[in-house]
Formats: sequence, C-alpha cells, structure tokens
Amino acid sequence: MIKAWLGLGLTLVVVVAAVGAPWLAGHDPLQADFAAGLKPPGTPGHPLGTDQLGRDLLARVLHGARLALFIGVCTVLVTALVGGVLGLLAGFVERWPSAVLMRLADVQLSFPFILLALTINAIVGLGLRNIILSLSAAGWVVYARVVRGEVLSVKQREYVHAAAALGVGRTRLLFRHVLPNVAPSIVVVASLQFSQFVVAEAAISFLGFGVQPPTPAWGSMLSESRDFLYVAWWLAAFPGIALALTALGVNLLGDWLRDTFDPKLRV
Amino acid sequence: MRRYLVARLAQTVLVVLLSLTAVFGMVRLTGDPVLLFMPMDIQAKDVDEFRERLGFNDPLAVQYARFLGAAVRGDFGESLRYRRDALGLVLERLPATLLLAGAALALTLLVAVPLGVLAAVRRDTAFDHVSTVITVLGQATPGFWLGLMLIYLFAVQLRWLPTGGMGTAAHVVMPAVVLAAFYSARVARLTRSAVLDTLGEDYVLTARAKGLAETRVIGKHTLRNSAIPIVTLAGLEAGQLLGGAVVTETIFAWPGLGRLTVQALLNRDFPVVMAAVSFTSIVYTLMNLLVDVAYGWLDPRVRRG
Repeated sequence: MIKAWLGLGLTLVVVVAAVGAPWLAGHDPLQADFAAGLKPPGTPGHPLGTDQLGRDLLARVLHGARLALFIGVCTVLVTALVGGVLGLLAGFVERWPSAVLMRLADVQLSFPFILLALTINAIVGLGLRNIILSLSAAGWVVYARVVRGEVLSVKQREYVHAAAALGVGRTRLLFRHVLPNVAPSIVVVASLQFSQFVVAEAAISFLGFGVQPPTPAWGSMLSESRDFLYVAWWLAAFPGIALALTALGVNLLGDWLRDTFDPKLRV
Repeated sequence: MRRYLVARLAQTVLVVLLSLTAVFGMVRLTGDPVLLFMPMDIQAKDVDEFRERLGFNDPLAVQYARFLGAAVRGDFGESLRYRRDALGLVLERLPATLLLAGAALALTLLVAVPLGVLAAVRRDTAFDHVSTVITVLGQATPGFWLGLMLIYLFAVQLRWLPTGGMGTAAHVVMPAVVLAAFYSARVARLTRSAVLDTLGEDYVLTARAKGLAETRVIGKHTLRNSAIPIVTLAGLEAGQLLGGAVVTETIFAWPGLGRLTVQALLNRDFPVVMAAVSFTSIVYTLMNLLVDVAYGWLDPRVRRG
C-alpha cells in the first residue's frame, strides 16, 4: 500500500509541476542571462542554479515536466487507440485479420523498442509531433497483442455466449459486452507503457534527435549538460532526478493498477 | 520436439524476411530516399546523378527485389561515409558489443538471481524490503542518466575510471554496470516472484517434511523449478542487450554496434543504418528462437502448445 500511495503522490507532484509550470517557475525557461551563467544551486532567485546561458534550471525542469507529460499522454492515447482498435478487431473477427496482426507484431517485436523508435524518428524528422509519431509507431503493437489476447478469452465467457444466443448483434456484442471487460487491461497497459515512452523520448532527445534545444526537454537538457559535467554537476543531476521520479511514480501506480485489476497480465 | 523446432524455425525465417521488408519500407516509403541519404546542402544536379546511380529511378518493386536479393546474401551496399561494405562495418563492431553485453549479462545474473532468491526466502524481512526498494529504483532510473552520474562521480571527481572508450578492463566497468542496473532490477523482481510461487508447491513442503537441509530445499527443489521464467527473461534481455545498448554505448564512447547505429543515423548513412538495424533484428529474432527452444526443452508442455 505504501507503494501505491507513493506512486500516486509522485505522479500528482509531476502533474502539478507540469500543469503549473508557468506560475511555479518564476522565470522564463528560455530567457538567457549571460551575466548569471552556471550559478550553483542555492543562488538567490535560482534555487536549482542556472545553466551555461544563465537560464533558470528550476524553470527549465518544470517546463520539462510539461513537455514529458504531454508527449507521454499523447503517445499513450494514440497507441491505446490504434493498438486497441486493431487488437479488438483481430480478436473479435479472428481469421486473417488476426493472422496479419500477429505477423506484424512479430516483425515489430523483432526490433528493440528504443532502436525502432530512434530509427523512425531519424527518418521522419525532428520536433514534437514527429517524436510522438515515432514512439507511437514503435509502441502500438503491445496494446494490439494484449487486447487481442484479452478479447479472445473474454469471447469464451458465458455472458458473451448468452448474449449471442439471445440474438444480440455483432456490433453491440463487441461494444457492449466485450469492450467493457477488456478496458481494465487497456488502462493497465497504458500505465505500464507510459514511463517507457517518457524515458524513451528523453533518450532519443539525448542522442540528438527528437525534441531539440532550446526547448526545455529533459533529454536534450541532459545532452547539453555533458559539456559542463566538469564544472556544473547540477545541470546533469536535476533533469535526471525529475525523469527518474516521474518514471518511478508512474511505474508504482501501474504496478498497483495491475495488482488490483489484472494480476495475471504480462506486458 | 523436432516438429516444434521445424515450425519455430520456419516462423523465424518468415519474421526475418518480413523484418528486412520493414527496414526497406521504413527507409523508402517516407518520401524521397535520395534526400534522406544526402547531406542537407546538396545541389539539384548531384541529386539526379545520385538517384540514377543508386537505382532509385526503377519501380519500387524492382528496388525491393534487388534489396532483398542482396540483403539475404549479406550485401547492404556501401557506406556513404566510409566507402566500405556496410555489413563489414557492422560486423567489425560486433566483438565490442558482445564483450559489453556479456559483461552486463554476467553481472546481472551474479547480482540479480541471488538477490531475488534471498528476498523470496526471507520474505517480509528488512532484507526483502531493502531489495524491493533497490529494484524499484533500478527500474525507474534511466540508464543514460545513471551513466552521466557515474561518470561525474568515478571519472570526474574520484578519477578512478576512464570516462569512456575501450581498452582496459577499467573501461568496461561503468558501461556494464549501467546496462546491468536496469536488467538486474527486472531479473531480481522476477526471480523473487518465481521462487515465491515455487515455495508454495507441495513438493517443497515434502522436501522440507522429509528433513532436507534448507540449502538443498532451495538450491535443488526450488531453484530448478523456478528456472523457466528466469531463463526466459535472461534470454530475452540478452537480445535486448545486444541491440538495445545504443544509448549506453554512446555515453561511454564504446565502439560497438549501438554507437555505430546512432552515428550512422546522425550522418544519414542509410546503407549502414539498414545493415545495422537488420542485423540487430536478426540477432534479436534468433535469441527469441533460442529462448523458445530452451523453453520447450525445459518444459515439455510448451512443445504441444
């Protein structure tokens, strides 16, 4: 239970930071101040210090939360929708849609997730929209597989057979009887995938793709911090701590959701 | 067992062919491939010449057949940057990646399996709680950030270890630890739950009832029966380690496959990208096959499934 509360608390903190960034920060994350460059944490007016251009690190980390959550939420929505619909169809119709989807999944799972997302991103180009697109293209298949498996098992339950025997149409059967019983798995997978997407986005931006400077993304901030590792540890420490705490909070929440709704689910 | 093997092998061949198709598709179906292959500041005349030379004026089906035909023979074309055989460049980097992945895997198994077993055996003790906290933190900590922090501590401040590169045993330490950290966390958690499951079985109770020493109960009766999920995960992670070390290799300037891939992507050297991604995918698929075969061997029920 401690884990669930900790997860909920951390997630709430990140959400508040993300939503309230413009009011909490007190500085513009892009405003350079060359006279106040590389100030250590605890400097008056800059609790987490400043970066090489004198930009306030706290403001940048808070706005980074905004960006990370935005990318995470968008990616989860897109993958859940695309993967969910395809998995639902494949599981419900079976026959060739199912076979095609499973082969597609095999192919996609033959690439490590981060490598696939990175390669797609390098091809489709940089920027916020394209990183969401790349992560979604690399990540939807997990939903499709889980949802298809769930539909296949839900379909065999007695209440579905009973509804079909009573003459309920296929569309109504799908949306009224199957979908609501698959929905918890979709939510659990979403929570377990979320932190993977956020960390992958940071890693891709870290490598020089994805979100580009000066936009305050944790990954590109960490990438820039490498050049100043000898003189300014805080530039590498704080964006990473923010990223790790976000991943930790959402992971704990996801574990709890899984234990509560779907203990047997393997992702 | 033979039928199972043949079926799995056929499936693997199909997946490899489809993966090569996917690699081709990714690079070709997203606009003009020539612009992808070329530096940003290229002249229009050069583009046309280049297009003709690489055969991009042919119908897509012809290009695809040509790519697939060459790819199955291991020919992915010539690196645009190094003017050398793309697959040769990839294979050259393989030993470095294997060394790093091997070190990380060994470290993972040495740390994570005993940790998981002890945590399960001493369930709900302080040891179990501490190990849970460590594994949960380990799973949440992004590897590349851990790498940066380790570099700061051990290379910049303490000057015990080199910041990056390859050469002595000291060079392997940090990248291997970073890679192992994440996977250890997962293996330790899984080991704990697998051992806990087995500890509840009747045969463990029987072993204890007949008065076997606890070390034998755990070492022989429990661990052997918990091995299947652990072997599965370790195998899958070995595949991940071979292909997924892109970020870790880049941070530590480790001259392996992952760093080559990232550099090729940054240089828009797409023959090398295609060779590296295809190679990784094939290795990864083969690792999965190996895991499945091991699984079928360890648990006869799987073969019939």
